[in-house]
Amino acid sequence: QNYPLYIRSVPTENELKFHYTVHTSLDVVDEKISALGKALVDQRELYLGLLYPTEDYKVYGYVTNSKVKFVMVVDSSNTALRDNEIRSMFRKLHNSYTDIMCNPFYNPGDRIHSRAFDNMVNSMMMQVC
Amino acid sequence: MEQGPAGGSAAATTAASAGTGTGTGGLVLPLSESEQQRYSELFSRCCPPPEAAAGGSSVGELFRASQLPPDTLHQITEICGAKRVGYFGPAQFYIALKLIAAAQSGFPVQIESIKNELPLPRFVALKNDSEVRYGTPAELHGVKFQVPHATLEKNSYKRTDEGDKQEPKSPSMSPICSPPASPSTYQRIPLSYGYGKSRSGLEQQHGAPYEVRHSTHQQDGPSSGNYGAKPAAACSTLNRSLSVEREQQDSSTHYSDDPWRITEEQRDYYINQFRSLQPDLNSFISGSVAKNFFTKSKLPIPELSHIWELSDVDCDGALTLPEFCAAFHLVVARKNGYPLPEVLPETLLPEYLQTASLKPIRDCTLFDCYSESLPGGQQTRDFARTEASAEEAPDNSALLQDAKKDDKQALKVRTPVKTIPKEFQHLSVKTAAQESHALKARPRSRSYSSTSIEDAMKKGEEPPTPPPRPQKSHSRASSLDLNKIFQQNTQAVRSGWLPPPPPALPPRPSVSQTEPVSEVELHPQLNRPPSQAEENSSAKKEVVLAQPPSKPARRKLRTETQGLETPEHSPTINVTSSLPAVKPHLPVQKQSSKQKRAIQTAIRKNKEANAVLARLNSELQQQLKEVHKERIALETQLEQLRPVTVL
Repeated sequence: QNYPLYIRSVPTENELKFHYTVHTSLDVVDEKISALGKALVDQRELYLGLLYPTEDYKVYGYVTNSKVKFVMVVDSSNTALRDNEIRSMFRKLHNSYTDIMCNPFYNPGDRIHSRAFDNMVNSMMMQVC
Repeated sequence: MEQGPAGGSAAATTAASAGTGTGTGGLVLPLSESEQQRYSELFSRCCPPPEAAAGGSSVGELFRASQLPPDTLHQITEICGAKRVGYFGPAQFYIALKLIAAAQSGFPVQIESIKNELPLPRFVALKNDSEVRYGTPAELHGVKFQVPHATLEKNSYKRTDEGDKQEPKSPSMSPICSPPASPSTYQRIPLSYGYGKSRSGLEQQHGAPYEVRHSTHQQDGPSSGNYGAKPAAACSTLNRSLSVEREQQDSSTHYSDDPWRITEEQRDYYINQFRSLQPDLNSFISGSVAKNFFTKSKLPIPELSHIWELSDVDCDGALTLPEFCAAFHLVVARKNGYPLPEVLPETLLPEYLQTASLKPIRDCTLFDCYSESLPGGQQTRDFARTEASAEEAPDNSALLQDAKKDDKQALKVRTPVKTIPKEFQHLSVKTAAQESHALKARPRSRSYSSTSIEDAMKKGEEPPTPPPRPQKSHSRASSLDLNKIFQQNTQAVRSGWLPPPPPALPPRPSVSQTEPVSEVELHPQLNRPPSQAEENSSAKKEVVLAQPPSKPARRKLRTETQGLETPEHSPTINVTSSLPAVKPHLPVQKQSSKQKRAIQTAIRKNKEANAVLARLNSELQQQLKEVHKERIALETQLEQLRPVTVL
């Protein structure tokens, strides 16, 4: 489980490093979502916030109610990014994801190849960088 | 499925990659005499005598005239070696021509395929030239009608003929276009190629060049689309519609040769298909139903997924009629070899489709009914019928019905409800009974209310008409009713008459089309008891009530927005109470006062509509939230059920 449905990075060098970071941060996400316990699973906040900062970058997490996790790694030097912006980005991601789910041709669990989704992610990343 | 160039190109793509690089080195190409002749002719055309190589631009033009997709042409260019040597020498040119012929016949673009006997390549008339269609392409696979004619056309001179008379020439012109033949193949669908051609011919008001293009396009269209393939399958119809679409493209000088524009026949066809999946044209097709349907088209799943993404503009997992038409159109286009666009073309937008479909009908119907002044319900019925007949000619039956119904409704509603204000003089004369009948009939007659309503709405007012999306997604009566309301308002505004009473939403097109009497019967049944009761009781006198109740009544017909109706009822009822005052005047006064009343009524209606819409909006928002929650819950379940996969 926890295989990536979609992964995209903007600076294409060192891409594997980011992939690795995302993968390791899944542990932190799991930790956070299990922290609340089963009883509160419905009330859990979708936005997990800063998972952990490292020297170079920050990692943010977001989990949907169907346990689909969104992980975002941003450059630490980009101080212009505020928490609200991160939240809105996750919200957009979530909306696009639900749009994809509406597509009857999409089987949940497949990799995402939607062009609309790609465009949205690209535009979001361009906006930030 | 076999397709002509389109299929050939698709196959060519894969084949080309394998075959690339063979180039012309060491290839001995047997050319028949006719081929020799033709090729040298073409070559000299493209390449002025003194030079040894054909000019790139003229060669490019010629290749484009072959109606093959650009990637095929690229492959051909690569294979023939022109790219390597940098120019189109005679050898490269001849090989390219042979490859074009092969591609047009459906063979993969490879060196091997041109070693066989091939018919001459076809080229659409080149602009600079007086003509020309070269040779007749070999029969296109699957194009049954073409076969008999395929061999006919060897000459390009048809072009001129075609120019003027599509039908007669078409058989000669393009293998595909044999009008006589095509109808037989396309029995199922009016979109048959022949029709397309004749249609294009008829439609063509333009001069020869268009026609030529049409014919050529048509040829390509059908050839690429293997139309003959499946008379019964949806796919075949898709192909056919595609070919028709193609024809339409060309012939639609009116339509600016836009492959993304849906022609009338295609729309008709799509609507029929929609009906087969979902009898209620105002409702939507669920995702799974649509998925099964489109999977039949044998397109790869990623492409279908993309098509869905493009056409489901409101992302609700369901397709309303315009969305469905757009999706179907895209599938047809894809099957004919058109690459899928990244963004939904403007002509396929649901708003556009709804407007386009509704416009012609509404206009004619409205004016028809308004112009007439028949007394009583009879008139309305007559109008409806005449409207229907009038409309049928120009538009889709579906649309006609809609318009018809709307008109009927308008007439009917007017009389009972609006009484005086109605602009329909004839209506005013009618007795209340008739009016009530009419009123009822109208709701029934409405068939494709959603589209017409939305269209009407678009035409008239902005506020009442939120972007089609909400309406579409909520085909529930509520949205439609509102549309109708607005439609009426719009019309009233336009014509100065009272807006026709919201056409009955009844999703039963058949009902509407039947006698008004039957409609009347249905109406009583269909109309909600409360509204009906109101109408019946007040009936003659409560013209007003009729109007507002009709609106909510429509909703009920929808089945979905039952709840919505009630709230709407109350506001309308209030309005109606004010209307009765107007009634007394109606029988006495005629046009002069009627107009005033019409305007007043229109204003009132608009206000009502606004209130209703606002309420509807909030209700829909709530529903949307609930649906979102449900969706999330389902996602969760899905995740849990998903089989474990290892990273």
